[in-house]
Amino acid sequence: MSLVASELTCIKRDRVLFERLSMSLEPGQLVYLRGPNGAGKTSLLRILTGLAAPDAGTVYFQGAPVSNDIAAYHKALIYLGHKPALNSTLSAMENLRFWLAQQYLTFDPKAAYQALEKLGLVGLEDIPVRLLSAGQQRRAALARLWLKPASVWLLDEPFTALDTQGIALLETLFAHHVADGGMLLTTSHQPLSKRAGPVTNMDLEYRL
Amino acid sequence: MSPLFDGVFKRDMAIAFRQKSELVQPIMFLLMVVTLFPLGVGPSPDTLQRIGPGVIWIAAILSSLMGMERLFRDDFQDGSLEQVMLSPVPLWQVVAVKVLGHWLVSFIPLLLLSPLLAVFLNLTFGMYQALIVTLILGTPLLSFVGAIAVGLTVGLQRGGLLLALLLIPVFIPLLIFATSAVDSAALQLPYQPQIAIIGAMLLLSVAASPFAIAYALRVSQN
Repeated sequence: MSLVASELTCIKRDRVLFERLSMSLEPGQLVYLRGPNGAGKTSLLRILTGLAAPDAGTVYFQGAPVSNDIAAYHKALIYLGHKPALNSTLSAMENLRFWLAQQYLTFDPKAAYQALEKLGLVGLEDIPVRLLSAGQQRRAALARLWLKPASVWLLDEPFTALDTQGIALLETLFAHHVADGGMLLTTSHQPLSKRAGPVTNMDLEYRL
Repeated sequence: MSPLFDGVFKRDMAIAFRQKSELVQPIMFLLMVVTLFPLGVGPSPDTLQRIGPGVIWIAAILSSLMGMERLFRDDFQDGSLEQVMLSPVPLWQVVAVKVLGHWLVSFIPLLLLSPLLAVFLNLTFGMYQALIVTLILGTPLLSFVGAIAVGLTVGLQRGGLLLALLLIPVFIPLLIFATSAVDSAALQLPYQPQIAIIGAMLLLSVAASPFAIAYALRVSQN
């Protein structure tokens, strides 16, 4: 029950971002991926999700390469990238409904409403996402973490545009997820506070 | 919950009907292009009848290119496409449903409008019959083949014109067989062979293009 990356290499435009990088993410572990801009944090996350292919190396989930049964891996995964993945003409509620349907999950309006309530989006759930502020859009995207039961969370800069109260909420959620035996890999430019629980740091260097 | 119907088809329909202007503009463009021809080449009924089928088909291809980008552009830019790729549903099924939805909203209006265009261009009833059959079989082909090029160019900034340059040569065979079918109908000759060839092209594209589109999108994500 773990996510293991073995000997990953990623080359972008003739620059080696990382070479023979191995890491593992165990249940109940929060890995905090650090590194300067351009170090390859996003590239590593995208390789771990299966969105991008590494130039060398393999990603294993529960002992088998993820490409063997990518659907089973994606069932257990939530990835939130830089882009909020919300259609700007649809409302937050509609975005969540269609996203859940794509994940083979039933849409429970009550659960979705409760998640949006926790995130302070009550009263805004039915207006088009483009009318929300950047922080509110980020909150609407994060509502997915409450709605899909998934063991692996890969989050790319989840705190971007959030206010202090939003950050505290998210860190508390991280602690719960990890305490329940979930796996979490997150990048961020600001240090995690104690609320997030025990953290394993991992550093990526900027290589020339 | 059916992920393809509830998660993809209904979503695309909801988005399409919120952005009505994007739906109406290509159809208005088509109508105007067709109207330009009588003004440009003269309103003689014989001339219009001779060039009519070609005019309607060229206008249909050009207007389809305008709306084609809409297929994946927004989903690529806002990150929804990433989430679709990370869902347990196979990507080729998702893109097949998306292309089908795109065909429904962009070409059904054209099919509904086609009797009017036939009257504009003085087509006989026999010619119109042939035209509507070529449109019913040919426009899904435009959507399926066009989606491959959209998948390839979606990662580029301003890929719009490149899309047209890639696709117009690919649509030449379709244009030849479609207008030739209508010409045969004008001469009261059988036009089943041309229809059969268009049908064969459609079947091939329906069978193969979802995989090509899925692959193109994966390449664009990389």
